[in-house]
Amino acid sequence: MTAVIDPVSPDDAAAAVLTVRGLGVSVRDVALVQDVDLTIGPGERVGLIGESGSGKSLTALAIMGLLPEDVTATGSVRLSGVAHDLIGADERALSQVRGRELAMVFQEPMTALNPTMRVGDQVAEAMLIHRTEPDRRAAAASAVARLDRVGLPDPAQAARAYPHQLSGGQRQRVVVALALANDPALLVCDEPTTALDVTVQALVLDLIVRGVAVRHSAMLFITHDLAVVATVCQRVAVMYGGRVVESGQVDQVFTKPRHRYTQGLIGASDLEVVDTRGRLATIAGSVPAAGSFPDGCVFRNRCNHSTELCKTRPKWTGPGSADGYACHHPAGLQHV
Amino acid sequence: MSEPQAAISARDLTRDYRRSRTSLLHAASPVHALRGVSFDIQPGERFGIVGESGCGKSTLLRILAGLDQPTGGSVLIDGTDISRLPERKLRFLRERLQLVFQDPMSSLDPRMRVRDIIAEPLVAQGIGGRNDRVAELLAAVGLQPDAADRFPHQFSGGQRQRISIARALAPRPGILVADEPVSALDVSVRAQVLNLIMDLVEDLSLTLVFVSHDLSVVRHVCDRVAVMHEGQIVETGPTVDVYENPQHPYTRRLVSAVPNLHRALAGTSAADLAATSAGFNRTELP
Repeated sequence: MTAVIDPVSPDDAAAAVLTVRGLGVSVRDVALVQDVDLTIGPGERVGLIGESGSGKSLTALAIMGLLPEDVTATGSVRLSGVAHDLIGADERALSQVRGRELAMVFQEPMTALNPTMRVGDQVAEAMLIHRTEPDRRAAAASAVARLDRVGLPDPAQAARAYPHQLSGGQRQRVVVALALANDPALLVCDEPTTALDVTVQALVLDLIVRGVAVRHSAMLFITHDLAVVATVCQRVAVMYGGRVVESGQVDQVFTKPRHRYTQGLIGASDLEVVDTRGRLATIAGSVPAAGSFPDGCVFRNRCNHSTELCKTRPKWTGPGSADGYACHHPAGLQHV
Repeated sequence: MSEPQAAISARDLTRDYRRSRTSLLHAASPVHALRGVSFDIQPGERFGIVGESGCGKSTLLRILAGLDQPTGGSVLIDGTDISRLPERKLRFLRERLQLVFQDPMSSLDPRMRVRDIIAEPLVAQGIGGRNDRVAELLAAVGLQPDAADRFPHQFSGGQRQRISIARALAPRPGILVADEPVSALDVSVRAQVLNLIMDLVEDLSLTLVFVSHDLSVVRHVCDRVAVMHEGQIVETGPTVDVYENPQHPYTRRLVSAVPNLHRALAGTSAADLAATSAGFNRTELP
């Protein structure tokens, strides 16, 4: 326990908002996510980065209890203030938690909103279902206030609009208002700004960060964009092939990466560093299809440093799940 | 006409789209997708067009490629005005200018083998020696020769984009127009495809028109850039100058709103990005 991270020590499960232990997701025999450990304290913003097929969205859906029917989750997901484990809980128990202690902002605001319902009613519904507002009238007034706080112009008018009458950025503001309506303990954001223009993205990111900061909520922020994570989060976990391969403080992971995949990802995403011919650094090959990652180290078929040793699965090296890496030949260390 | 040697010369392009009426008494006002766009692209230049959704960059691209006709103004490709030509007179353009689209899954026919996809522009233009050319193109974009007998769904996103590029290069075009060619790709694959485009542009002395919403990608690829906003070019110049010293307020907003890893690690927060991109007019969240 050397790298203690404020506001709570990340491995201190008692103080944590979210504690994920040994999370696995599989469809029939194919393991899509394996052994994911994750701890987030109150007020902490943690990024989960990875390319498509890394299992980051499945991890989020497993935490939310929103996995498709033939996909099963194993392990443990505990949320502070909820007595039972979220894995294996029945739908009735989960729906008490979802939208109340646990809320999510999805990538595509058009599909996250009900197209046949006015947006004000949708925000009010979230509060009525969980009885955080006593009646319809109070909920409707509160919905307008919440739309005002996410910066929608003329909120009373906007509350009466249907989703298709709003722009993409405005819709995502509604989704954020909806997610924060019941002051959740944990906000999960899955690529919330990928579909938005850069100037709108900046505003929505600011909105999300201020929204969770004022509530002292924990946040899990999923994206493939390293620059967005560095802007928004304090800690980051890097996923590849369904496993967390490295985690740590954002500045530590992005300036002194230890796993070779993290190192390659940072190199490939930096468009300001080129070789003598003006070419970018690359990672060889492409991300394998789900279930066809190599055994042992999942990255070894694309890694320049892989050896015989990499056919065995690398142990997690580091003081805890919040700071460490799983690599036989880490970068930036003397011993090989 | 001015500068007959320019590869592409656009003069005062306008394009209006009619909207469906919402009133019995009044016609709906048209959408002015392009409002007087002019620029010249010299042979061998790598020209970037950046802008957010709705700025008119896709409309502009369709007109440059002869897929749409402008309401006003003209487009000269190698000195020939294509803006009023009927489709049957555009054959020279199909040889001269080729397109790479954003989404390789929807721009490749799922029922065609890669060989036929790459050879299709040759078939359309009645150019012979197709098998040799397909093999040559596959090698040029870094795919194995046996890829020719497979279908698009058997490839990853990055490989599919390589197939799109091979198809575009088949008729030996002088001008390559790429519409967000790496936006749908993962970070590790994006770098590979960008390097490939740079290699091909250099080796084949292509004129490149590169459209993107991502300024950092355009900065890496292009010599010169035009920034579009609401149907107009608001700023144009060498990429480095536009990036380092943006003159137009909109360009300044755009440049400062892009999250950047180095700046973020130096302490730039989401609030800082939002403050600059909104011109300090953001609403407060209590």
